[in-house]
Amino acid sequence: MDKKRRDFLKVAGISTLAGLGGTAVVDRLVSGSSPAAANASGAAQEAHGVEPKAHAPATAPTGKRYGMIVDTRKFQHDPSLGEKVEQACITAHNVPQFPEKKDDIKWIWMTDYENCFTEKSLLYKDEATEDHQVPVLCNHCDNPPCVRACPTKATFKNKDGLVIMDFHRCIGCRFCMAACPYGMRSFNWRNPRPFIKEINKHFPTRMRGVVEKCNFCAERIGVGEMPACVEACGNTKAMVFGDLNDPHSEIRKLLKENYTIQRKPSLGTHPSVFYIV
Amino acid sequence: MYDSGKIIPGLIIFVLFITIPIWYNHGDAGDAPKPELPKDAKNCVLPVEDIRANHMQLLNTWRDEVLRDGERGSFELDGKQYQKSLMLTCMECHTSKKKFCDTCHDYASVKPYCWDCHIAPVE
Repeated sequence: MDKKRRDFLKVAGISTLAGLGGTAVVDRLVSGSSPAAANASGAAQEAHGVEPKAHAPATAPTGKRYGMIVDTRKFQHDPSLGEKVEQACITAHNVPQFPEKKDDIKWIWMTDYENCFTEKSLLYKDEATEDHQVPVLCNHCDNPPCVRACPTKATFKNKDGLVIMDFHRCIGCRFCMAACPYGMRSFNWRNPRPFIKEINKHFPTRMRGVVEKCNFCAERIGVGEMPACVEACGNTKAMVFGDLNDPHSEIRKLLKENYTIQRKPSLGTHPSVFYIV
Repeated sequence: MYDSGKIIPGLIIFVLFITIPIWYNHGDAGDAPKPELPKDAKNCVLPVEDIRANHMQLLNTWRDEVLRDGERGSFELDGKQYQKSLMLTCMECHTSKKKFCDTCHDYASVKPYCWDCHIAPVE
């Protein structure tokens, strides 16, 4: 019996060693071939257009990234501009106007400075900031948290860097609303159809149970027009829209000439909407 | 079998009764739907047979191309440019949802959800 136990322990010990050593050898073999595998997956990623950037902005960006500059001073000069911009968006996208605030659907709207820039210290506000509001809209982030949250890929980033929605796919889970740090998304708690004042036949409505938000007028940009809000500003240049990746675009020129701020930059979402304050 | 004189006629009556829908409607599929075709357009975006069988796939393809891939280009048909759009292309010729879409959809008892969001022509 004694003898047998010894034999058992020997065999067990040797096989344990062999097992450990064996896995180490296998690991070594696998890691030896892994760089090639990593390259292959990297190449596949690139082929699919998934940019692993975020951490590597050193390489020159390719493709378009649409963005916007909002000149809040212009909105202070002309207080009617805010209303114009809101209305242009409402008519362009069949945005419903519900009587109750809790049902509100909003794509672009005017809000107080402290609601827009929650990270800015505001112990003593200047008069202009106190008296005026700033327009807020979807930031079309370069690193959009809503896209990551969406389980159906209803919200996605298109090839021009616009964060847009495919309403057909939206299941109304509202993960995107929880993910958006700016609160730029609205949910259709009720059927919006009867609450649309003026039907625009060039854009669909939404149905109950669907989230919606600003789409930077993807349907207008696609055919070479400017977003409705930018158009509503006319020649005031209160809102300027353009390609952030094009160094010669008007928006880049303005960014070079003016001190601009983004909303909640510390979150790392890389918003594409800039504000001149 | 006891009471076979009652059971067998009873069974026959029962079977006839539960098969009422089959023999009552036998050979009568109802009138085939007659969707109203546009008068001023000769050709659809696809040949008749294709569009009749596959219009739903075409609409899905259009949707994905326009929305997902951003391919909003137009296509030419009989010398005219058209967009890939249900509201702006299909319903441009087929001006009545009731007289065109609904006739077949009601007949086949399919309920597409297009019109929950898309806007049907005013009738």
